[in-house]
Amino acid sequence: MNTLPQQLANGLLLGSMYGLIAIGYTMVYGIVQLINFAHGEIFMTGAFGALTVYFYILPDGTPMAAAVPLMLLGGAIVAVLIAVGAERFAYRPLRGAPRLAPLITAIGLSLALQEVVRNFYPEADKARAFPGLDTTHDIGSVTIKDADIFLICAAVICMAALAIFVRKSRTGRAMQATAQDPDTAQLMGIDTNRIIVIAFAIGGLFAAVAALAYGMKYGNVDYRMGFLMGLKAFTAAVLGGIGNIYGAMLGGVVLGIAETLASAYIDDIPGMHLFGGGSWKDVWAFCLLIIVLLVRPQGLLGERVADRA
Amino acid sequence: MTALLEVEDLRVSYGKIEAVKGISFSVEAGQVVTLIGTNGAGKTTTLRTLSGLLKPTSGKILFEGKPLTGVPAHKIVALGLAHSPEGRHIFPRLTIFENLQLGAFLRKDKEGIEKDIQRAYDLFPILGERRNQAAGTLSGGEQQMLAMGRALMSQPKLLMLDEPSMGLSPIMMQKIMATIAELKSQGTTILLVEQNAQAALSLADRGHVMEVGNIVLSGTGQDLLHDESVRKAYLGED
Repeated sequence: MNTLPQQLANGLLLGSMYGLIAIGYTMVYGIVQLINFAHGEIFMTGAFGALTVYFYILPDGTPMAAAVPLMLLGGAIVAVLIAVGAERFAYRPLRGAPRLAPLITAIGLSLALQEVVRNFYPEADKARAFPGLDTTHDIGSVTIKDADIFLICAAVICMAALAIFVRKSRTGRAMQATAQDPDTAQLMGIDTNRIIVIAFAIGGLFAAVAALAYGMKYGNVDYRMGFLMGLKAFTAAVLGGIGNIYGAMLGGVVLGIAETLASAYIDDIPGMHLFGGGSWKDVWAFCLLIIVLLVRPQGLLGERVADRA
Repeated sequence: MTALLEVEDLRVSYGKIEAVKGISFSVEAGQVVTLIGTNGAGKTTTLRTLSGLLKPTSGKILFEGKPLTGVPAHKIVALGLAHSPEGRHIFPRLTIFENLQLGAFLRKDKEGIEKDIQRAYDLFPILGERRNQAAGTLSGGEQQMLAMGRALMSQPKLLMLDEPSMGLSPIMMQKIMATIAELKSQGTTILLVEQNAQAALSLADRGHVMEVGNIVLSGTGQDLLHDESVRKAYLGED
């Protein structure tokens, strides 16, 4: 049943989800050198935004084909608003403060968001069922669900759109300039505050896409879902080279595949029979991070910071 | 006639340390004005304050009669004040062409921008030859050319150049100074900050000597060039 192609597909899917979330970490880091540790929770609120649309706004029995775009919209609005709000009210007042201050703020914000959802969202103290897209398709020896098709298409579209936006648009050029030299970007007439807001908003949007895919794939969401997903996505961003959007996606895919293959096959290695299975997959994921950081500290696609002559 | 730029009793501090201690000077349209002085005299601080990157603690900055204090940096360039910063600060991972385009970030006239990019290539042919190369791969002198070209792309009424000759070979320095002279002859108004007092003063209509946050001496470029104390302190003569 679980053949190698199936495992690779599973890894690719998981990795696409990591990659979508990792974009939020890497863009914000690239521009303001801040690790937004609340980003996992922004992902989580995106899931609850989509859930709200499905259960509390749309009439019962709305077909999923009609519901998905609206759920995406709802999730995106919630996640983008929270991401932008966090920038405006939590991080911006701390710009210029020692690095530790925004970092601690991020951790506090992430706990606060978890607790707000747990305490105030109806029945959110335990996992809540999420409408799935469970119709399966067999492609050769690989079986995938509709939710998987949604995920992979969304990831490809988002990444392509982002790459074109950053390279070709005027705002994208301004983003690159701000990431490379914020003071000088201002001297060009670039409103860097606006660029920072846009980076947070894109991160929130992509997190909402990933959150909807997560809910439809796994069939439930809970207030803690952002913790491990956020940590993995952050790992993916570092693995790929933090600050680099292609690195975030590559890091996500590498991490997803590595983790899936490790939990499937590592117990076949003589002497490793105790270390296989799903409960060890996080260990292997973080081992991979440690190895990459030892061998290539700037990440897979990261650039050495030595271009200022 | 009011001056293009008027600075009155400008004070700027970093925390408790006052770096600029109440300076006043003006720049008339068409003039080249230079601020000279040693490291730490407050020259760069003055320019960074004029372009809005630093906030003054007190004093007035009037550009075409309008106050600049409190205007955010990204809006100041729109008023016609371009700043080529100390250390060049080109965008290293963008191409030369993209760097020049960013200099025209606020302009909408596509044809005019193309024409001005061509003008930058004419002024500095090496930039044209390497237009699609990442700017970080250029030599220091070439980066300086790019920084100047980029600042000119906003069609400034006042061009501020901070230490354009810093760290350059003597030949490259001569080239840069010759370009500044050429810009001057085309009527560009320039506020030039330099440690190379000889070169700066020979170009300048007016010069101001800064020492630890104060202007201690002002005059025409020629006057200062021949001033006894300037010659001793900055031109290396006994």
